[in-house]
Amino acid sequence: MSQSILPTAQKPISNRRDSQVMLSRVANSLYWMSRYIERSENVARLLDVNLQLMLDFANFNDDQLKEHWLPILCSAGDEETFFRLYEKADSESVTEFLTFHEENPNSIISCLFAARENARQVRDQISLEMFETLNECYLFLKSKNARQVWQSGAHEFYEQIKQYSHLFQGLTGSTFTRNEGYEFINLGKFLERADKTTRILDIKYHILLPSVADVGGAVDAAQWQAILRSASALEAYRRFHVEDIFPNKVAEFLIFSTTFPRSIRACMQHLDEDLHRLSGKEHREYKSPEERAFGKLISDLNFITIDEILDSGLHEFLQKIQITLDRLDDHIYQEYLYHPPVDTQAEILLHQQQMQQQQ
Amino acid sequence: MLLNNYQTEDFFDEMFASDGVVRPHYQRVADRLHLLDESEHRRKQTAVDLAFMRGGVTFTVYNDDQGTERIFPFDLMPRVIPDTEWQRIEKGLIQRITALNLFLHDIYHEQKILKDRVIPPHYILGAKHFRREFMGFNVPKDIYVHICGTDLIRDRDGNYLVLEDNLRCPSGASYMLENRAALKRAFPDLYRNARVKPVDNYAADLRRVLQYVSPPSLGSAQPNVVLMTPGVFNSAYFEHSFLARQMGIPIVEGRDLIVRDARVYMRTTSGLVPVDVIYRRIDDDFLDPTVFRPDSLLGVPGLVHAYRSGNVSLANSIGTGVADDKVVYYFVPKIINYYLGEEPILPNVDTYLASEPQDRVYILENLEKLVVKSANEAGGYGMLMGPWASQEEIASFREQVLANPRNFIAQHPISLSRHPTWSQNETGGAFEGRHVDLRPYILYGEKITVTPGGLTRVALRKGSLVVNSSQGGGSKDTWVLHGDS
Repeated sequence: MSQSILPTAQKPISNRRDSQVMLSRVANSLYWMSRYIERSENVARLLDVNLQLMLDFANFNDDQLKEHWLPILCSAGDEETFFRLYEKADSESVTEFLTFHEENPNSIISCLFAARENARQVRDQISLEMFETLNECYLFLKSKNARQVWQSGAHEFYEQIKQYSHLFQGLTGSTFTRNEGYEFINLGKFLERADKTTRILDIKYHILLPSVADVGGAVDAAQWQAILRSASALEAYRRFHVEDIFPNKVAEFLIFSTTFPRSIRACMQHLDEDLHRLSGKEHREYKSPEERAFGKLISDLNFITIDEILDSGLHEFLQKIQITLDRLDDHIYQEYLYHPPVDTQAEILLHQQQMQQQQ
Repeated sequence: MLLNNYQTEDFFDEMFASDGVVRPHYQRVADRLHLLDESEHRRKQTAVDLAFMRGGVTFTVYNDDQGTERIFPFDLMPRVIPDTEWQRIEKGLIQRITALNLFLHDIYHEQKILKDRVIPPHYILGAKHFRREFMGFNVPKDIYVHICGTDLIRDRDGNYLVLEDNLRCPSGASYMLENRAALKRAFPDLYRNARVKPVDNYAADLRRVLQYVSPPSLGSAQPNVVLMTPGVFNSAYFEHSFLARQMGIPIVEGRDLIVRDARVYMRTTSGLVPVDVIYRRIDDDFLDPTVFRPDSLLGVPGLVHAYRSGNVSLANSIGTGVADDKVVYYFVPKIINYYLGEEPILPNVDTYLASEPQDRVYILENLEKLVVKSANEAGGYGMLMGPWASQEEIASFREQVLANPRNFIAQHPISLSRHPTWSQNETGGAFEGRHVDLRPYILYGEKITVTPGGLTRVALRKGSLVVNSSQGGGSKDTWVLHGDS
């Protein structure tokens, strides 16, 4: 008999009978439910802030508009899909694409539908309050009312989306058991948040370069302020630096702050703790090359300075973080969420043979 | 107020002995409803519907690519059963499930009932759901039917009759529990004063049943129990996840399980973990593509082998479907008599078998007066309602009965009892009589438990006798009182 019909090797057998086991599919759904909610909140904030920013720059021409919106599009979605669907990138087309377009898998509506679908798959695992919140959000988005609210005042709409996310995350904290599932929810949330903060910061890199003349001008200050607000960080920044908004200070704050919960470093510290709880390894011990690369990055953040980063290129640095996080995501998937696919035909043959041997 | 013009007409009414005369066990409900006006009713109804929608207490509508989810319409007015009446129902149900379980054991072993010619053997051996492969197979604790939902109706005189035994994967228990929760929120004072027996133990009782039938090889170790669902697209998915949550057990799909060396494992974050008991909400045919339908994507290859090897228990057991075949239903009174030497406490509806020559002649001559049912359909499908059917439908059933008489039975239409039920109309709304049935849930483990009450289904359309959720049915909370009033 040829080798090819033998079923794929499976993961090792454990003999746990302690009712705390978690299906990989369930862990996967919890992880993505959480990631999608965090993502929708970030997109909502990004759009809200930039729409408001545009109110101050009503005189922008088409090119300037495109210059402004394109980096935002890149940070939150897929440029290629966008230009397949729209001709030009302006406030209306970009916000529509990132909010309601179901063909864009990263639009707010797609993210929240996917989050709710994942929640439905693990309905038995999450608290009733969590499900109800997400379900209410889903019913709101499915109703005609959602678009009406958006059209009559985009700010209220995005506010509503953010509130659903805050409520959901708050309820997770106050109603979800601290078990393995909680680690997966946190991993999803902090991975997404760290990644989004790098992208929000990276927007400025795109914006900054083309028009050097504006650096330090009114547009520039407003845009750096918008960056901070996109990360919900304006007030926190002001409390930390009681002075004007300087680009290098903003970057420093969003990368290095150990106390602000949306900074890259703070998110990575959370991730580090969750990874250790999952793997059961001692502090500073890592399970795989991906985890080690991640650990090394945390160390780097302890020693490197913002000036060094800016000298060698902010964009490159942010990219390096994104790649490390991507690999970590892949590692989590392989280690906990993935099982080799079952080849049904091979399984059927195997079990038929076993039954025949018995008879 | 909303009941002032209520008419019982020519039906057995659950609440009224005759127009204006309330039965004693409904007195408290009547007193409360007299205080209710239309706007209060509307407020309460809206609140309940919204809570169901928010909580995702819904079923998925098939043939709808929007993935529409609907709530199962809930009528605020509870159905009330006095204690004495309930005790008789309970006895009858226990008698019936005991006999059916003995019957299943017998036909998968000695087949004495066939040898003694109580049932002509061909009815059993040729039944669609008879699993020949399981002859001689022993199920843990000799229990075949762990979960049963029996459909009861009341005739014109108020007698309870068994309409159907659901011995495979009866659904609806989650609605029984959710309806109760909704009603408590809507009428807290009425509920508190009415002295109603609680239904909340259902999930805990079910969990105990599942643990009780764990494989003997496991000894006294705590078994890993799971609920197996066809998946999130199944119309009853809400119920599956609800029950899993209430019992605190994982809900798994076929793709989460794998069989190695005749043992079932689930694929978890810490590798493969053994599964000992499966509460499966999937029909026999889809359990294992190795044995049954090879095209089943819902099942687990090797599951049946693991089951036969005694390494995993299934609830319900494989092969119980033979006992809720509608032709076998005809024989249940004889089954009860044969195994228990008792007369059935809850009688059947009089039934004609199309495969018996005399009955067949009668059926064919009276198609327009009879209800004709296929032996193995459920959910109100595959049915002819003679008095309401068109000539074409009748002609079509005539051909079908002639072609395959084994597959059909016929009954005289029973005018189901009616119950005051909210009916919305242009000018507002009022309570009107609507037909109801009752599905109590029976759990068979160390002992047999019948949850007091069950799911009352109501045909919301005026005059309709069809209570199925897929065909315009709704439901009510069902109260069994601690006393008779």
